[in-house]
Amino acid sequence: MPELAYKDESFATTLIESRRDPTDASLNELIPAGEPWMGVVCRGQTFRIVDVEGNQAVDTLFFNAANSEERYSAPDTVRSQGRLYLTTGTQLLSNDGNVMFTITADTCGRHDTLGGACSAESNTVRYALDKRHMHSCRDNFLLALARSGSALTKRDLPSNINFFMNVPVTPAGKLTFADGVSAAGRYVEMRAEMDVIVLISNCPQLNNPCNAYNPTPVRVMLWGPD
Amino acid sequence: MSAAIWEEHLHEGAHWSGVLRRGVKLRLTDLEGGANVAALFYHYEEKLERYNMADTLKAQHTAFLTKGNVCYSDMGRILCSITEDTCGWHDTFCGVSNAAMVDARFGKTRFQEQRNDYYKNGYDSLLNELGKYGLGKRDLVSNVNFFSKVSTDDAGDLRFHVNHSKEGSYVELRFEMNTLVVLSTCQHPLDPSLDYQPRPVRISAFASAPVAADDLCRTKCPENTRGFRNTEMLYA
Repeated sequence: MPELAYKDESFATTLIESRRDPTDASLNELIPAGEPWMGVVCRGQTFRIVDVEGNQAVDTLFFNAANSEERYSAPDTVRSQGRLYLTTGTQLLSNDGNVMFTITADTCGRHDTLGGACSAESNTVRYALDKRHMHSCRDNFLLALARSGSALTKRDLPSNINFFMNVPVTPAGKLTFADGVSAAGRYVEMRAEMDVIVLISNCPQLNNPCNAYNPTPVRVMLWGPD
Repeated sequence: MSAAIWEEHLHEGAHWSGVLRRGVKLRLTDLEGGANVAALFYHYEEKLERYNMADTLKAQHTAFLTKGNVCYSDMGRILCSITEDTCGWHDTFCGVSNAAMVDARFGKTRFQEQRNDYYKNGYDSLLNELGKYGLGKRDLVSNVNFFSKVSTDDAGDLRFHVNHSKEGSYVELRFEMNTLVVLSTCQHPLDPSLDYQPRPVRISAFASAPVAADDLCRTKCPENTRGFRNTEMLYA
């Protein structure tokens, strides 16, 4: 499939557009702000996540649909590409070293896999003791897994991907949460290399700029298999 | 410092596990220089609660660990604090080597020919120890690599720092919770050495005084003060 490439001067990475037609998508679903989503993407299918209104973190985990002990591995992914941030061309690897998805288009340019998911408990540490009641990504993950009837539990929540989230690490090793590099309508698209269970939390965090202090809906779309 | 309660010598490429109780310190010493110790931490009474790389980094606004930092569990509590460190930087996001990597880099070895000198890898080593507690692949999360430094440039490209840890350098962990500690002394997965040459490490346990109100780790940042408060609730 031909792709359009252009250089975003504000950001030192090449943004890759997709020519896929939204009207051809077999799935086109809006995930409301702060809600979980779980689904299966089959080998050869292309999965797109759209940051509908901009600056929305999408906390995401992958499991091999045939053997869920094989799951997304942040360390394997980062180490194998020798780079911390995810974008077009990144192979999203499992703990067994297999490619689960390949990112084939990205109009945002940088996605995080260090920052993890927010939780009620970490909110008490990071912000204030009285933030425990606020909704969080881990609560989304736990509820989605409990409702799904799958065997997956809290044990199955390793380091995740935060699509559209900007967590720069400085050469001195300082970790910062920067304003998003994403914007309304930007998207990331990936091709499944195996049958994958996708678990998403559309992040409800209100205490830092990862959602521009205003969580918004995101869209998931599916094409193929080609 | 008073005499160690116990000491163990971890051979090069060895794996080890044990329980470190609240109030005990564990010193890890790089005996030859260039060591790497992959480490995972679990709450001993509830092993679903475990070291969480992201929560550790976010709370302390850092991508690496050193003196003054603490290792957070996923439940907003502190498993252990880094009370001493002569090394200065411990990697948090590069994970461990695996069998395919070690075979490809150093050649395939087997016990049958090499006896106990067969080449070990970090992933299988950690799985070996985890299995002793009914834990497995689901529990093998992002680990700490003590004694190894990997920095990043503005583009996020990784750089492994060769000879980062010197002979005799040490790091001291003060346990704030009863913690299952799982260790492997296999080489760091980004160590560019063409030879299989993991290094030995000594681990020494000491009794520790109660954590003072003005403790360095507790007062490092407001986040850690709240983390200690959460941890103390568990033992109140």
